[in-house]
Amino acid sequence: MPTPVGPAPSPASRPAPSGGSGSSPWLRVAAIAVALLCVLPLVVVVAKALESGVGEALALVWRPRVGELLRNSVSLVVLTGVLSTVIGVGAAWLVERTALPGASFWRVAFVAPLAVPAFVNSFAWSALVPGLEGLAGAVIVTTLSYFPFVFLPVAALLRTVDPGLEEASRALGHGPWRTALRVGLTQVRPALLGGVLLVSLHLLAEYGALEMLRFPTFTTAILDQFEVAFDSRSGSVLATILIGLATTLLTLELLARGRTRHVRLGSGTARRAPRARLGRATPLALLGVLALTVLALGVPAWSIGTWLSRSDQAMEPTDLGPALWSTLGLGLVAALLTTIATLPAAWLVARSRSWVAVLLERVTYLAASLPGVVVALALITLTITYARPLYQTVFALVLAYVILFIPRAMVATRAAIAAVPPELGDAARALGDSPVRAFVRVQLPLMLRGTLAGSALVFIAVTTELTATLLLAPTGTRTLATAFWDASAALDYAAAAPYAAALVVLSAPLTYVLLRGNHEEPLT
Amino acid sequence: MRTLQLTGIRASHPRTPVLKDVDLTVPAGTTTAVLGPSGCGKTTLLRVIAGFMRPEAGEVRLGDELVAGPDTWVPPERRGFGYVAQEGNLFPHLDLAGNITYGLPRRERKDRARVGELLELVGLPADFATRRPDQLSGGQQQRVALARALARRPGIVLLDEPFSALDPELRVATRDAVAAALRHENATVVLVTHDQAEALSFADQVAIMHAGRFTQVGAPPVVYRTPADRRSATSLGEACFLPGSLVDGAVTCALGTLPVSAATGSGACEVVIRPEQLHLSDPTPTAPLALVTRTEYFGHDALVELRPLHAPTGEALQLRARVPGGATPSVGDTVAVHVMGEAHILTLEPTTTLAEHGA
Repeated sequence: MPTPVGPAPSPASRPAPSGGSGSSPWLRVAAIAVALLCVLPLVVVVAKALESGVGEALALVWRPRVGELLRNSVSLVVLTGVLSTVIGVGAAWLVERTALPGASFWRVAFVAPLAVPAFVNSFAWSALVPGLEGLAGAVIVTTLSYFPFVFLPVAALLRTVDPGLEEASRALGHGPWRTALRVGLTQVRPALLGGVLLVSLHLLAEYGALEMLRFPTFTTAILDQFEVAFDSRSGSVLATILIGLATTLLTLELLARGRTRHVRLGSGTARRAPRARLGRATPLALLGVLALTVLALGVPAWSIGTWLSRSDQAMEPTDLGPALWSTLGLGLVAALLTTIATLPAAWLVARSRSWVAVLLERVTYLAASLPGVVVALALITLTITYARPLYQTVFALVLAYVILFIPRAMVATRAAIAAVPPELGDAARALGDSPVRAFVRVQLPLMLRGTLAGSALVFIAVTTELTATLLLAPTGTRTLATAFWDASAALDYAAAAPYAAALVVLSAPLTYVLLRGNHEEPLT
Repeated sequence: MRTLQLTGIRASHPRTPVLKDVDLTVPAGTTTAVLGPSGCGKTTLLRVIAGFMRPEAGEVRLGDELVAGPDTWVPPERRGFGYVAQEGNLFPHLDLAGNITYGLPRRERKDRARVGELLELVGLPADFATRRPDQLSGGQQQRVALARALARRPGIVLLDEPFSALDPELRVATRDAVAAALRHENATVVLVTHDQAEALSFADQVAIMHAGRFTQVGAPPVVYRTPADRRSATSLGEACFLPGSLVDGAVTCALGTLPVSAATGSGACEVVIRPEQLHLSDPTPTAPLALVTRTEYFGHDALVELRPLHAPTGEALQLRARVPGGATPSVGDTVAVHVMGEAHILTLEPTTTLAEHGA
């Protein structure tokens, strides 16, 4: 899965802090090292693709197969992107700006689908509707899995944005609809764009769901190629195209965002926007949100539940234990290492807006916006070529997790650090603390909560990661995701169900973290 | 209790010089207020003294000890200064006892009696010890910040606009509590502020800063009554500037012939008179007359803008008088202006030198 791209809102400019909270050279070295690590996969994959010359690489690009993959990827991104926008913005408006009964329930219900990994969702749909496949199937399943990425930031913005602008528009003679179009949409644009970008990056990176629905994209093709032929060069060419697509999306989002100022809000505006009365449209609206909930949550719940009750008669009795333990172990180690790797750059970015810091942050985001398959492919190439003993070891796997999920930790950690005024460090030093002691006694305790939230996000992401794990896990190491994948690939739904249930249970806290998280960071 | 001495301090932010050769001596046990508009460099000065910023040139001495110099740099934690910033900067994860004892050695942190003493010293009840910073008002937070700084018995306390974030009533009450606590500790204090009343009432010495330099340093009444230049004069309050000519220790200007403080020689000059030195009455045959052009009524007193009717230079002069609120004249009235006390000469172009040149 690709990692979210934070639309780094610039922190309030303040004089350069001092008292050891600035940028020590070691901090910089560490941050640069981590950034280089993040760029490594990109460089390796592109280098591998161009290994035997640009001509040959182009020959590999210029094939009908690539054209088909491109068509598939683009149509999927466009259709799911549009549908997610319509559903996400519509749901957000209903929940936050209308008198829809049960708003706080629906708010949870529309974030909760994120706790069902897309490949589990497609399993649920396939089990329910056996014929579901191709573009239609892919669009339906991915939209239901990913529309919360649009809903979450837009709803957060609608909830907190000061209604003053909208009131001004109404006072200037615009009706509610024109106001929504001319003012409301402009205000939610940054959040909307960020959400759509996240949906698109996830679509480019998605393997499990699309493979199960038999809808080939670059990511599925790369894995197929790898399994069939172990041909890492033509895989690298495909991966390079994938990088190109991801970079194009990032650029498009940046251009569309334009010079719009990021809407930054103080902590809680005094006034809430008035809620529109739905009147006679209330039953219709209720029916709509109910249908969405049934499709996005009810189907996976029913499907997993049904097959879980039949798992006693499975071909092979499921043994969750080993997969669960290795998943938890990998998740904890990767979360810890990712958080540590994030700290130097997060500190630099939160404390100084020097161009080095900004560049480091961007590089980290860009590199980690790459699909998991690219990172995995690069690490395979690297280990086989230069560090054979590390090939297919836990080390390489954890490294991939770290590279993939640094931005998740980064967004949370940076916000946590930024929330601690640098002046507190000065105060501690004036009271006799050395810089290190001041950090341990003041800054660390204050930023711990936010940082741990970031670690939790990484942990959840690791426990449900499929693509890179399939490619990099040592032989014999089964995680919940890969065990689920093996069972469902064998169409043994009953054997897959317990793993699916375990994955959903492990991801469930994500809903909580995202809902209570810092909503000024729309993409957590 | 030691003297703080700064010599030739120079400091800059990236590409902008902030402090240009600043000298200051704060005698042991006294309070000095550094007064200046925002951006003049006064906070930077405080940060240099505290050790958060390293000066490019100059020395900071505490008694005989050099804490910053060309080859010396003592980090803030080893200077033992107390420091209270504008926002107080209490640690939000600690209760008040935790905040106050933060800078004490570990074994002394359990001493609840000391916490109570310090809280009472700054005028807060001792049972506040278990409260958390977010349960306090802004003024209370500032007092705790001071208690926290005083807990280590610092010889020197640095206050960076500690009252400016408070509303006026709270500001006075907090200021009084802080001043009392500081007097009790007999600390050497540097207060940075842009509030003239605060500087004048709080300090034994006022240092007026402008664009990275001190324009005048002295005792409050001296600096107020005998400012060094126009800027020092206006930064301490309203002032009337009048052109005149000095002859035999008295100056003749639009308000008649006035005694001046400590002036020798003669020539064209500019004098400064404070508005409260001007008393207004009904027209009299001898006193100079002026027309009331505007009044600003504050209740306890009022500011009256006047235009002298017989300005010798012919210029349209504007004067301001501070009168008791009950005696505010109306716009358009003609009043007699009486000057109390002495005028102070800001600039003088001695005529003798001119004459010598001419000869």
